[in-house]
Amino acid sequence: MDLAKYPFLAEAGAYLRDKGFNLEQLGHPDWAPLVDKAYGRIVVASSGQIYGSDSRLENPDMEILSFIVAVILLKAASVQTLTRRFALAEARRAERYLQQDLWSSKKSLDLPLKIIRELFGVEVSVESDEFVIRVSDYLKRAVHFHEKEWKLVNRRVGSGHVRLTAHETVRLIRTELGQYINSRIQAVSLPQIPEAFQARVRDLVSLASRFSDAVVVSSDYPPCVKHAIEVLEKGENLPHSGRFLLATFLLSRGQTTDQIAPLFKNAPDYNERITRYQLEHISGASGRGTKYSCPSCDKLRSENLCFAVPECDGVINPAQFGKRRPRPNA
Amino acid sequence: MLERDAALVENAIKEYYFNHHDLIPVPPKIGEREFGYQKFNGGMTRHIAIRDIKELHLLLMRETPSDVYCSNAYYSFPSMPMAEKDWKGADLIFDIDAKDLALDCRPSHSVSRCGTCGNAAQGRHAACPSCASPKVESVSVACRNCIDESKKEVAKLAAILDGDLGISPADVQVYFSGNEGFHIKVPSPAYESLGSHERADLVDYVMFNGAIPEAFGMRRQNSAKSSLPELGEPGWRGRVASGIFGSRSRAQKISRQVVLEGYAAFQARLDGLKKTIGARVDPKVTMDVHRIFRLEGSINSKSGLAKVRAQDLASFDPFTDACLLGDEKVEVAACCPVPVRLRNKKYGPYAGERVSIPKYAAVYLICKGLASAV
Ligand SMILES: [Zn+2]
Ligand SMILES: [Zn+2]
Repeated sequence: MDLAKYPFLAEAGAYLRDKGFNLEQLGHPDWAPLVDKAYGRIVVASSGQIYGSDSRLENPDMEILSFIVAVILLKAASVQTLTRRFALAEARRAERYLQQDLWSSKKSLDLPLKIIRELFGVEVSVESDEFVIRVSDYLKRAVHFHEKEWKLVNRRVGSGHVRLTAHETVRLIRTELGQYINSRIQAVSLPQIPEAFQARVRDLVSLASRFSDAVVVSSDYPPCVKHAIEVLEKGENLPHSGRFLLATFLLSRGQTTDQIAPLFKNAPDYNERITRYQLEHISGASGRGTKYSCPSCDKLRSENLCFAVPECDGVINPAQFGKRRPRPNA
Repeated sequence: MLERDAALVENAIKEYYFNHHDLIPVPPKIGEREFGYQKFNGGMTRHIAIRDIKELHLLLMRETPSDVYCSNAYYSFPSMPMAEKDWKGADLIFDIDAKDLALDCRPSHSVSRCGTCGNAAQGRHAACPSCASPKVESVSVACRNCIDESKKEVAKLAAILDGDLGISPADVQVYFSGNEGFHIKVPSPAYESLGSHERADLVDYVMFNGAIPEAFGMRRQNSAKSSLPELGEPGWRGRVASGIFGSRSRAQKISRQVVLEGYAAFQARLDGLKKTIGARVDPKVTMDVHRIFRLEGSINSKSGLAKVRAQDLASFDPFTDACLLGDEKVEVAACCPVPVRLRNKKYGPYAGERVSIPKYAAVYLICKGLASAV
């Protein structure tokens, strides 16, 4: 039951052995529905949705096996974008269960708290229906969120600890959950796969080509822009000012709205039509035709979006980053 | 600084370092710290690694630096360039400086000295009152009120560190900065690994920056349904309650009024409370995890006073307890329109006259640019 909620905790090889399966068997036509389910799990994830298991998890083995097979398909297809999206969506799915487990009753608290402690090193204690973590553990995670409610000053803090709801506790480790699942997938060594899987692997490769026109992150982007892209890639919420930075910067580097729009796909509140409309507005292609320029470093600093590195010296607007400039007198 | 002034001050500092080794404590993990120093009329030398306290004393004696710094961070390779040092952690530090507190007393002990005619006038002036030259520089001299107000900020900070952040007063080291403020150092394993962004949020916490009404029970819509914090609650909720209500007897009445005023007015109240309930520290200092910070026990060349530990803050008097240079008389030409109190003795006002005063007072005035060796 628990592995069905958190299939990434299962050690795939050992699990299959325990159940008396091997991959070759799973290649048999009888198991085609399983492979389809695994493929579906990836397709759902790639579109930014969360794969929904039947709510009572009546067939836990199918849940776990479909995850394992999905990982194998992803390994075989070897496409980073798909793997990242899959890890992210699986993290969101696990997040729901973690939250449910923390919510529901005392007896199921052990596992979610153990997952949080063992995977992420965050000690959570429970005090009168609230979850209590150390200030430093809180800060290391919450600083990546930009909403004001996550600032420490807007939290209930006492004796070096922060009090959180179940939802907030889980929200705090979302990114790490995604990274953890991703790292588990990376660590799997690709076995000899049954012929029956090959068709699905090819499907995945062609599915991935749909995402290939996404913006390439160039190493000569300033750290604030790289950070904004990272935030979006992790499926975190990037505040409006961060999206504005990203859009104006990439437009200034000659990218088109078609190239930029897919970047926002992972945002929790993504809406393609609105995103395109906003991008066209910023680029000056619609509305009054005003072309907006990149916000200044000062402005970004005040919005907590600046992550200056030594190469930022003398730069007052991200658009200048990496361009030749006269050396300031030191 | 004039050559002969620098020589006088340097000699006084050399004597201090020679006689007061005991006042320079061994910084913990000394071998993992980056040291730096400045000499009179010289630039900054950084990225120095020091193995032990002997080597540090030797450097102080050999170089007689005007100012000495030590990183609050510790590194695997402290003498390498920044990118290769391998940052391992840093003590949490806070800087409270009277000049940032916008106190009413400031003009009364500020002196504008003219770079053209050498005149020194009380107060802050854009141009020299005597010769109208715009080359004026303003300095601030010893003021008890500035110290008392800074101490209040230290006390606010210590209460927040203790009650909210779980840092007991025994783990909070308070130092007089050597000029007109305090440095607070917290060598706490719980916070040493925090990076710059985390520290920025932590400093917003102690300053009470960025608070939103929702966090204090005020609703944006339907504000009548708000439930404000109560007196005696821990952390900011309790401090906001006492900041707004004052006393228990007035709480209900004021609470109703605050709810009626609504969301925007409540935000304005929170912003207004910053100065009184927030600890007014310099955020840049706390956020900087690669800073080199004035070394404990060293002399501050802005004043000739030492950065020393204030064990008992209430009774600590920096103008006596940190005024540690020699007291034999030296002759200087002094031009200082306001009196300066050091070691419970008043010096000045001086109107460009030759006076014979103890070395610590002479150095103080020279460092402030208000006297010159003769
Ligand atoms: Zn003048
Ligand atoms: Zn004052």
